[in-house]
Amino acid sequence: MSSSVAHVLAEVADHFGNLHSSEFRGQTRVVVPESQSLEVCSFLKEQGFDFLVDVSCVDYLEYRDPPMQMRSCAGRRYGLMYLLASTMTNRRLTVRVFLDDPEPTVRSVVPLWEAANWLEREVWDLFGIQFVGHPDLRRLVMPEEFSAHPLRKDYPLQGRGERHNFPVITRENS
Amino acid sequence: MAVITGSGKLELPENVVVSRLDALANWCRKNSLWPMPFATACCGIELMATGAAKHDLARFGAEVFRFSPRQCDLMIVAGRVVMKMLPVLQRIWQQMHEPKWCISMGACASTGGVFDTYAVVQGVDRFIPVDMYVPGCPPRPEQLIQAIIDLQDKIQREGTISGREFDTAARQLRKRALVEITAPLSIDASRNPVLQRELAAEALSGRS
Repeated sequence: MSSSVAHVLAEVADHFGNLHSSEFRGQTRVVVPESQSLEVCSFLKEQGFDFLVDVSCVDYLEYRDPPMQMRSCAGRRYGLMYLLASTMTNRRLTVRVFLDDPEPTVRSVVPLWEAANWLEREVWDLFGIQFVGHPDLRRLVMPEEFSAHPLRKDYPLQGRGERHNFPVITRENS
Repeated sequence: MAVITGSGKLELPENVVVSRLDALANWCRKNSLWPMPFATACCGIELMATGAAKHDLARFGAEVFRFSPRQCDLMIVAGRVVMKMLPVLQRIWQQMHEPKWCISMGACASTGGVFDTYAVVQGVDRFIPVDMYVPGCPPRPEQLIQAIIDLQDKIQREGTISGREFDTAARQLRKRALVEITAPLSIDASRNPVLQRELAAEALSGRS
């Protein structure tokens, strides 16, 4: 773990208690409870993480070998991740927030990083995670009338007939 | 001025050809196809290559790609169509004026290809009428050119409404000129009832 990131994690621990963190091939991850996610992100932004690279999610439903951070979160289903970077010091940090059914909900980080706007819309669209405080939480990639969240593992790969639900245009009526 | 002689024969001056108006209209249509390139994936790259200098679709009178459906009469669906795109595809098809034709180019446009997922339409022929299917992933420009030649043939016969246009198996086999030059193609009709019928009909009429 690079010393500067370790320093930031120590600062986080001072403010928010001891959070679970781990390192893999030089990349540092820290697991944050959903109740503190906005506060921790805000604190990390003050510590220099001014750039939000990505917001993404993993559905760990029936996942065979859950990662270590996940075991510490009592087998929750959704693993949200925020990839942060500092443009000043070139440090990188992954923040993970684990959520669970029936209504996975987390605070939006749009007030901190404007870049989160479409990223959180995509996660809402594909995983159905609600971002409280998002200014415009609409679907991003799927059509508006789509009702499911297709990257959830319990959604069938070939869909539930949405792709065949269109009017047929024949020679006679075109 | 045409003259009917005493024996009842029609005599025409030079430079006059008699034809049916249908045949003349079809001849004009087939040699002046204006494609609408609905290119969504790698098939679109081959579509561009078909129109470019090397393969030169202008040889077949179909080089004028237009991006307004009002100016086109041949839609070439090149690439996978996702369910969010399909209403757009249908709208563009409806905005094209009659007479119009459609080529489904490549595995994805014809069947969904390897993309058997919730988002991808499993063949555009489920939702719009298709006249020609081009296999391949993606098809080579020669294949698309062959499809356009076959479509021209179909337009000349104008079978698009009655559905007779699908009796083309023997005709298409004979047309595989490039294959026949490099490797003589022995046509095995024993396993193809459509082909058997065509060959039998040809033998009866003595055309071959």
